Amino acid sequence: MTLPEFPDAMPLEGFVGGILIGLAAALMLLGSGRIAGISGIAARAFSLSKSNLPVSAAWIFLIGLLLGAFLIHTFVAPVHSTFPRSTALLAAGGLIVGFGTRMGGGCTSGHGVCGMSRLSPRSLFATTAFIASGMITVALTNMFGWGW
Amino acid sequence: MRQLIISLLSGGLFGAGLAISGMMDPKRVRGFLDIRGDWDPTLAFVMGGAILVMAAAWLLQKRLLKPVFASAFYLPDKQLIDRKLIGGAVLFGIGWGLAGLCPGPAFGALLVEPLSAALFLGGMLAGMALHRAIRM
Repeated sequence: MTLPEFPDAMPLEGFVGGILIGLAAALMLLGSGRIAGISGIAARAFSLSKSNLPVSAAWIFLIGLLLGAFLIHTFVAPVHSTFPRSTALLAAGGLIVGFGTRMGGGCTSGHGVCGMSRLSPRSLFATTAFIASGMITVALTNMFGWGW
Repeated sequence: MRQLIISLLSGGLFGAGLAISGMMDPKRVRGFLDIRGDWDPTLAFVMGGAILVMAAAWLLQKRLLKPVFASAFYLPDKQLIDRKLIGGAVLFGIGWGLAGLCPGPAFGALLVEPLSAALFLGGMLAGMALHRAIRM
């Protein structure tokens, strides 16, 4: 399925994938009583945060994530991925994402999916802020010819 | 043990969702943020699907005294919208826009672009460690 105005968009795959991500977060919430926020889980796996999520559970989540992606990539549909070529951009982007997600207490999964669906004012605010700053960042980098 | 199984299954569903939805492609994510260029709305459909399911899960959660496989809910209860929240979210958005990656897809992309994903993740963990070191 495609959208006439946006030939590159994958609305159906996006929606189905989104439902799986929602099920993942729902399982974590109803099964373990926790938020499936990846920045928090990543920080916990590397002992960079205090939380009552066992470090082993954080690692197993990340291993499961790789496994799930591997199964889809191998048996359902190969994953297409275009990365920026600049190593500086990747490293700097990672650094800012790491610092920002700890400072703001979440990323796309924690604030965007789990918090927004809970109608948490903090998450609504954070999600609006990071989408807006992401859009401004892309517009500025394109303007200065650093887009990719 | 049961919590480890929940973690594995939840991680597996999460990774499968990222792989199907196209969100492991930084260019596509950047396309969503590029409203002045060839806008790609896919990410909005991903968020919509995920939020739909999670909204139902929150309704169910309200009726549970405790989670199925744990003794209590461990949920954020902060209400205050402060400078840390705003500053952190704005910074996250800048990094997300620069590289087209957020933490989940970065881990998943280790499969398809291991070197680039590892570089991003290395930076990300360094950023997390830096935040912890200066306790902002």
